[in-house]
Amino acid sequence: MSGQAFVERLKKVFGDKITGANFAAIDPWVDVAPAGLVEVCRYLRDEPDLRFDFLNCISGVDYFEPDAKKAAKNDWQPHTEVVYHLSSLPKKTSLVLKVILPRWKNDKPGELPEVPSVTGVWSTADWHEREVFDLSGVRFTGHPDLRRILCPEDWVGHPLRKDYEMPLEYHGIRGR
Amino acid sequence: MATQLDDPRIIEFDVRTDEMLVNMGPQHPSTHGVLRLVLRTDGEVVSEVTPHIGYLHRCAEKIGENLTARQWIPYTDRMDYLAGMNMNLGWALAVEKLMNLELPEKARHLRVLIVEMNRIASHLVGMGAYGLDLGTFSPFLYAFREREKILDLFEEVCGARLTYSYITVGGATADLPTGWIETCERFLAQLEPVIEEYHALLTTNAIFVRRTAGIGILSPEKAIDYGCTGPVLRGSGVDHDLRRDGEQRYTEMYDGYAFEVIVEKNGHYPKDHNYPAVPGSAVLGDCWHRFYVRMLEVMQSIDLVRQAIDRYSMATGSWGEPIKLTEKLPKGEAYLETEAPRGQMGFYVVSSGSGAIPWRVRARSSSFCNLSVTHDLCRGCLIADVPAIVGSLDIVMGEIDR
Repeated sequence: MSGQAFVERLKKVFGDKITGANFAAIDPWVDVAPAGLVEVCRYLRDEPDLRFDFLNCISGVDYFEPDAKKAAKNDWQPHTEVVYHLSSLPKKTSLVLKVILPRWKNDKPGELPEVPSVTGVWSTADWHEREVFDLSGVRFTGHPDLRRILCPEDWVGHPLRKDYEMPLEYHGIRGR
Repeated sequence: MATQLDDPRIIEFDVRTDEMLVNMGPQHPSTHGVLRLVLRTDGEVVSEVTPHIGYLHRCAEKIGENLTARQWIPYTDRMDYLAGMNMNLGWALAVEKLMNLELPEKARHLRVLIVEMNRIASHLVGMGAYGLDLGTFSPFLYAFREREKILDLFEEVCGARLTYSYITVGGATADLPTGWIETCERFLAQLEPVIEEYHALLTTNAIFVRRTAGIGILSPEKAIDYGCTGPVLRGSGVDHDLRRDGEQRYTEMYDGYAFEVIVEKNGHYPKDHNYPAVPGSAVLGDCWHRFYVRMLEVMQSIDLVRQAIDRYSMATGSWGEPIKLTEKLPKGEAYLETEAPRGQMGFYVVSSGSGAIPWRVRARSSSFCNLSVTHDLCRGCLIADVPAIVGSLDIVMGEIDR
């Protein structure tokens, strides 16, 4: 199935929940609205000719440039992306989904953006989502146990956000 | 008090048992590093296992946002430190995919040769450490004796014994030294018969079989659901190996190589060598099968190294010059997974196109996903089976915590 036909088919089923696609990229991707994510994932997993039964990876990518001079040159607005790499073991195909989120929920700094959890579709999403929450600061709604996984429980901030500041001190350990 | 008992032989109904929380680790020798497991136990029976990870976390991904692609290579070494070459390869291929770099033929054979040697070393440690988990010390010493020779060979190649940084973006940092191939061939000839001894020492050992067969059974559906890969996935009977099924950029390295994926198909494993028979008590997907797949992969890797040696010796041209340390990355993003000894190791690189430093790097760790299934595997097992189950996943904490 060509990329174009595939996206047309998804658009037919999910309408405006599919917000865009990029075929020119090295790994072509499909943009999905947060509200439709779980439905789309379940469809991709269960449809007999797609069978994306394997979730490889969930990554959070933060698009933000703290330096105002450099930020002016960028061709994008600040935002956060959650990238889902899927593959199908029976069909030997792979697919990339992207969910584009504001950096802060309702543009209120400190309020983490939200995206529905896909733990109900693939169990492996459990730890991956915890990691993205921990490091990139994205809240996965509906996750059964969303707590930090790699950083200590009392850690402040989300290290992979571009405006993260390294703490000066943690329990008596000097930070820099 | 009227108490109805199904079984009148149970007379101890007034003995109350309490649930107890037991900490295993983070300094427990059977946790392969610094893994902490909190067990909820009732007597000897474990009702719940909660893994706590992150003791080795150093946010390598954040470090990667401040280094150029080639400068990050040494950090990949420190992820799965038992298979540094395989980690280097994963990152190098992901960046090459982003840069659309094609490698000369000789460089590809050199890479196959090196990563398969590292796979042997890694599986040997896996085997030895697993014996250690189950209370036998000697296989560990034998495994380290052989691994030592591989490390000596690697030392000749790149000067390092653990953190190699040898395979790099664009090829490798140097060609193989003269005379190395002959030493390597001598080593393989000496290793092959020894593997049979290891089978006698562990694989078919009655105590070992009793401790592993039928324990921690992972169904293929669950393995896929939890994103398990590598020997853990194949031990459950799923026929999937990225060296055959992966992306073209990766599989082309193995083009023309004769190898069969080590997995039980129609009730039997590949019969290309004289492997010991599967014991009757073993169930597909249990600890024994995961171990067995690893042992068979050592043999498979020996064959692959031999083929790679032939091809490498015949190939002409360059062994692949690395890119400049400050080579600019094109705008875009690329994700690529390779078959590392512990499973599929994925690297994701995003570049804004403004320089040599990537915007974001991400490592998808195989052990991380393999470990996430522990709570499911250990539910209802005995305390003594927990090390057997966790050991059979063959985890490396450096890779999980990154």
